[in-house]
Order: sequence, then structure tokens, then C-alpha cells
Amino acid sequence: MAVASGKSFISRFGVHLAVLFFVVLWTIPTLGILVSSLRDKDQIIASGWWNSFSSSSQTEAGRLPDASAQAEKDGKFVIEGNLFEEGGPARQISAFGLRAAAPTQYEAGAVADLKDGVTLQINKDGSFVMASPKAFEGERGQRVYFAASAPPKFTTDNYRTVLFSEGIGRSFLNSLTVTIPATVIPILIAAFAAYALAWMRFPGRALLIAVIIGLLVVPLQMSLIPLLKLYNGVGVFFGVPVKTYLGIWLAHTGFGLPFAIYLLRSYIAGLPREIMESARIDGASDFEIFVKIVLPLSFPVLASFAIFQFLWVWNDLLVAMVFLGTEADQIVLTAKLNALLGSRGGDWEILTTSAFVTIIVPLIVFFSLQRYFVRGLLAGSVKGG
Amino acid sequence: MADLTLRQVKKSYGNLTILHGIDLDIESGEFIVFVGPSGCGKSTLLRTIAGLEEITSGTLQIAGEVVNDVPPSKRGIAMVFQSYALYPHMTVYDNMAFSMKIGKENKAEIDKRVKQAAEILQLTKYLDRLPRAMSGGQRQRVAIGRAIVRNPKVFLFDEPLSNLDAALRVATRIEIAKLKESMPDTTMIYVTHDQVEAMTLADRIVVLKDGHIEQVGTPMDLYKKPGNLFVAQFIGSPAMNILPATVEKAGASTVITHVGGNKVTVPIATPASAKGATVSFGVRPEDLFIATGKDYLFEGTVDYVEQLGEVQLVYIDIGRADQPLTTKLPGNAEVKRGSVLKLAANAEDLHIFGADGRSFLHQEAAAKAA
Repeated sequence: MAVASGKSFISRFGVHLAVLFFVVLWTIPTLGILVSSLRDKDQIIASGWWNSFSSSSQTEAGRLPDASAQAEKDGKFVIEGNLFEEGGPARQISAFGLRAAAPTQYEAGAVADLKDGVTLQINKDGSFVMASPKAFEGERGQRVYFAASAPPKFTTDNYRTVLFSEGIGRSFLNSLTVTIPATVIPILIAAFAAYALAWMRFPGRALLIAVIIGLLVVPLQMSLIPLLKLYNGVGVFFGVPVKTYLGIWLAHTGFGLPFAIYLLRSYIAGLPREIMESARIDGASDFEIFVKIVLPLSFPVLASFAIFQFLWVWNDLLVAMVFLGTEADQIVLTAKLNALLGSRGGDWEILTTSAFVTIIVPLIVFFSLQRYFVRGLLAGSVKGG
Repeated sequence: MADLTLRQVKKSYGNLTILHGIDLDIESGEFIVFVGPSGCGKSTLLRTIAGLEEITSGTLQIAGEVVNDVPPSKRGIAMVFQSYALYPHMTVYDNMAFSMKIGKENKAEIDKRVKQAAEILQLTKYLDRLPRAMSGGQRQRVAIGRAIVRNPKVFLFDEPLSNLDAALRVATRIEIAKLKESMPDTTMIYVTHDQVEAMTLADRIVVLKDGHIEQVGTPMDLYKKPGNLFVAQFIGSPAMNILPATVEKAGASTVITHVGGNKVTVPIATPASAKGATVSFGVRPEDLFIATGKDYLFEGTVDYVEQLGEVQLVYIDIGRADQPLTTKLPGNAEVKRGSVLKLAANAEDLHIFGADGRSFLHQEAAAKAA
């Protein structure tokens, strides 16, 4: 960077430090969602995602074997065994208890006194010894509670659940169905309009530009309902249903166009006049100049507008709520996420996974096109370019 | 092969008139240079010839055909722009082939002509490069190549050298001169504000000022016989010295008294009515020399000396406040600041201009012609 190189080491260092700080600050929540979405749902409840790589402590309930497992030993009746399955992950018990109200009443290794001289000892490794002077009776074993460490557990089950049983997969496709045409259509229209407004002379051009700039400040909320009524009126005339993908494509195109034309026009108007004139002398018509010269040179601005429009449409909830239904074949990701928040509000594994599915596409779009923000294609055409 | 005829060509933007009725005849195969100060309309004139600007009134003929409403591509012209105006996303080959591809010519013909032009301009090695990978001089050659490929009747150059550095400018100037030699039938029109380019390249120079043609003529014509004060001062560097003077005796040769107080006989005819009139007396710095005899034009003290090696510019105070006389003396002449110099000039190197700024030389010629 030419600007930064002129400054001292300290100020450059400061800039880098600040950039690093903001990058970390903005990346952490995303990372948190990603990590949470991959965790086991019981562990999500037990500890925060930042603890997910170390063992967590979980309180669990278990039942000891029933009377049939007892053996007589030195005049006492004893039931022995291990709370954990053999060959399972190594776990440790820190405390245990006998009532749900006090699940960690006794330290591991301590001997708990049950009524009638019955004792129970549970060790760290999960082995237990229950002894009684009288024979055990009954079909049900003793209920025990214990706090045990659990090793980190990561799973892609959440994604499977969310994509295939919660309907996020279908919504993902719906969102793509809305977003891709709603990005491409305005670019097509705006590029033509921007060229005409920048380089073709016709009466009323300045007024048209002024009107378009004016449209930039019209609030979306104000025009939403009139637009819907208009669309419905026209739809009735042509016999088209009220809520269709075509409707939302047109709505997003309409809302996106003023900004698109404004952005593209200022870029295209900044292209060197001589290049157009040279092409005109070479015999190119306006259409040929547009297709062969202006479009290739405008690629960076087309890409940056595509990013804006794609993200805006992808993240849009309001327009989708108005112009699309909430049935499975029309509900978009944002609306689906909103619905899940109501119906599955406590299930963090579902919400974080759905959220991550929602942000994957914007992340891919941004990272694959971001170089066009900074790259200048004009180098070499004119002096100093 | 085409001659151009401009008749009363006017160009205005609303109330602002840029060109006030230009009349000009350009013969086939001529190298014409438009020269003038910034804002004189020289580029606008070129652009109207190219068809990039519409003509407000008047007619423009190329090869006998009125082309006022003919689009640029159909006028048989090619233009080289100051900023090169290369298509940055195309290779050198595609840049040069663009016009023919638009014209839907067959591929073999395109290939042949592009290679030929590249050969002339020594660009064969660079055909696959993008403009951004080339130096300024190479880019300018591509721009010229793009014009050659179109095989135009008229070449238009809009200040093609002003973006190049000094050394490259000289080299490219010579290249353009050679290019012209190799295409003797092609008419070339060249716009510049650099009088060196104008003097070296032109068959004829057109001097423009404020949308009017001041004078048209060969470079030496303009230098030796400037038609008016503006041309006299615009052509030549440093500019001609102009001093107020009074006509003492009119006739076949004129006697004047100038500010310095001396009487001089100038071999330029003036009408009898000019006697006693105030005129402007002009002499070029390079035409002055140190007087050895009794006759001299000016006497004054040396105010300042600029030594350029080969020559030195000597500014002499001849009693006019803030307007020293400029002279160009040989570099080895011994001139000291503060010393008194006597200067003379040959009679045929003197100029006189009437109160309206026009040279009497041309007024006489005009009178004869009428």
C-alpha cells in the first residue's frame, strides 16, 4: 500500500494491530456458531463452546443392577460392578448422590450410608460396591446420581438433522431460487441503463438520472404494500397466483435497481472517454461498445454490486415475508430460521447449525469475489492507469 | 488519398462558440499541423474532422464528399489519441484487429494486415501482450498501429507525444516523420501545442487562436514572414521582441523611429496613409548580433544573462520598464552583467506590424491580390 509505506513503523504496526483486533473480534462469533453446531447437544447445555476442546463435567443418572446380581460374601450381601460400560471412553466420577435433589452429595470414594445398614461406595473409576447385612429384594436396582467428566464429542449429526428433517435443506434451495435471479436480473438491466445514462446523449437524460438518485432514498417499507397491491392487481389480470417466485424477483429487482444504476453509472462514466471514441472511430456501434469494451472493463463494479445485492437478498426477511408464502416450497432461510426460533427456541444445536447453514453462502460469495473490490482492470489503458 | 475542405465550419456549445467559421483547404498527402495555445480550439477542430463532435454550421468535405452527417467510422479516417486509448483488456493483436473484426472482414486478411502493421512498427514480439505490460512508447506505437491497420485516407493525431518523456518524444517524432514518408499519399493532420513538433513535422502549419485561424503556411513562411503579432510571438523561442515605433516615411521601404530612439529603414512597403502612424516593430532575439560598426539598432545595459552553453540569452535594458530586450547571442561571446551593448540586425530580418497587429508585408500582398 502506497499510503501505508510512507508512514513510520510504529503507525503501521498500530494499524496492523487494530486490524487484527477487529478481525478477531468479528470472527469469534462466527467461530462460536461453527463450533457449537458441531458439538453434541448434551455438551452444548453443559458448557460453553470455548470449553468444548477440554472435558466437561456432566451430571447423569443411573441405576444399579437389581437383586438378582447379588452375591454373599463374608456374611454380607454385596452387589458389585461398574457404572461405565467396558471399552467406553475414559471417564471419571467426581461425586455421587442418591437423591435427584442432591446429586453430588458424596465425594467419589466415600461410603454413603443408606437405611438399615446398607452402604454404597462409588469410586472414581466408576466401580461400585453396595453391601447389606440382609439380602436385597425387589426387581428394581438402586437409583444413583453422579457427576462425571465427559470427553469432547463432535458430531455432524446436527447438520443431518437440520438439513433433512427440520426443512432447512429445502429452505436453502428456496433461498437460492430467490437470490440468484434477483441478483442477475438487476445487473442486466442496470448495466444497460448505466451505459446509456453515462455515454449516450438523449433529451431528458439529466432528469432521468435525478429521478433515479431520488429513488435511492425511498424507504422500502413505504413502497412494500402498494407494490404488493399493484402486483396482485396485475397478477389477477394475467391469472397468476398471489405469491410466486416471479413476484419476489421483480420486487428485489425494483428495490435493487436505483442503487445498481447509481453505482454502475458512476463507474462507467469514469471510464476514459477516449476508449469509447476510439471504438466509435473503429466502427463499433453503441451496443458493440457496451458488450466488447464497457462490460469487460466494468467487471469489478459488476462483481461488487453482485456481492451487495446477493447478500442483501439472501439476508432479507421483510420482502420475503410479504411476497412469498410460508409453506415448505416457498419459505426462505431467514423466515425458516425465524420460525425455528419460535418452535425450537431451546435447542441450541438446531439453531446454531441452522444459522451456520445460513451464513455459509454469503461467506463463500464474499471470499470468492472480494478481490474484485480491490483490483483495477484499467491499468495500461491510459497514462498513469 | 483525400483532400479536405472546410468551409465556414462553426462549433458552439450553447452560447459558447469554440470555432468561428474555419476555412481551410488541405491537399491530398499533406502533413498539416494545428498549433496554438491551450483552449484555442485546435483539438475541437480535429474532433469535428473525426466526427466525434458535430459541426454546428458550415461544411466539411473529405475527398469531395460532404461528410457532416457521416459517422466517424465511414469517413475513412483513423485517430491516434493523446492518452493512447488502447482497449486495456485486449492484447496488442486484438487491439489492432478490433476495427476489422467489427467490420467483419475475413480472418486471413485481418491477420495479414495486423502482422504487416506490427512489422512496420516493430511490435511483432509484443502481439500477445496486454497494454499494461508495455511502456509508454510501445503503447503509443500500438495506437499508431491500430490506425495503420484501418488503412485510412486521413490520419488524425491528437497531441500523440505529450505523454512521453523528452528523449522518447524526439525518437517517436522521427518515427512519425518516417511513417509519413512511407505513406506519401496519406493525408495527416496533427494537433500539438509544441512548436518544435510543428516546425519539424509539418508541410504546412495552421496557427489557431480563440477559434480563428491566424495564419496558414509552411514552417519557414511562418517564421520568416509572420502575418500578425500573435504568430510572430507564438512561433520562435524565445518570443520575438516587439517595440512601439512611429512611421517617419512611408513608401516602398519604410523609415521608423522606435523606442530606442534610432531611425531604421525597413525594406517593407507601407501605404502613404501610414505616415506618422504608431506601429509595432519586431525583431527576433536570434537575429540580433553585437554591432561592430557605427550603425546599430539598440544600445543598453545587460540586465541578466542565461548561459545555455551553445547560446546565451541576454536580457538588455533599453529603457522600457520591465520589458527588457531579449537577444540570443553565441555562447562564447563575452557578455558581462552591467556592461553596455550595441546591437544590430540585418534589414531583411526586421518586421513591422500595423496598429491592428497585422504585418504590413501581408497587407501589401493582400492589397495587390485585390
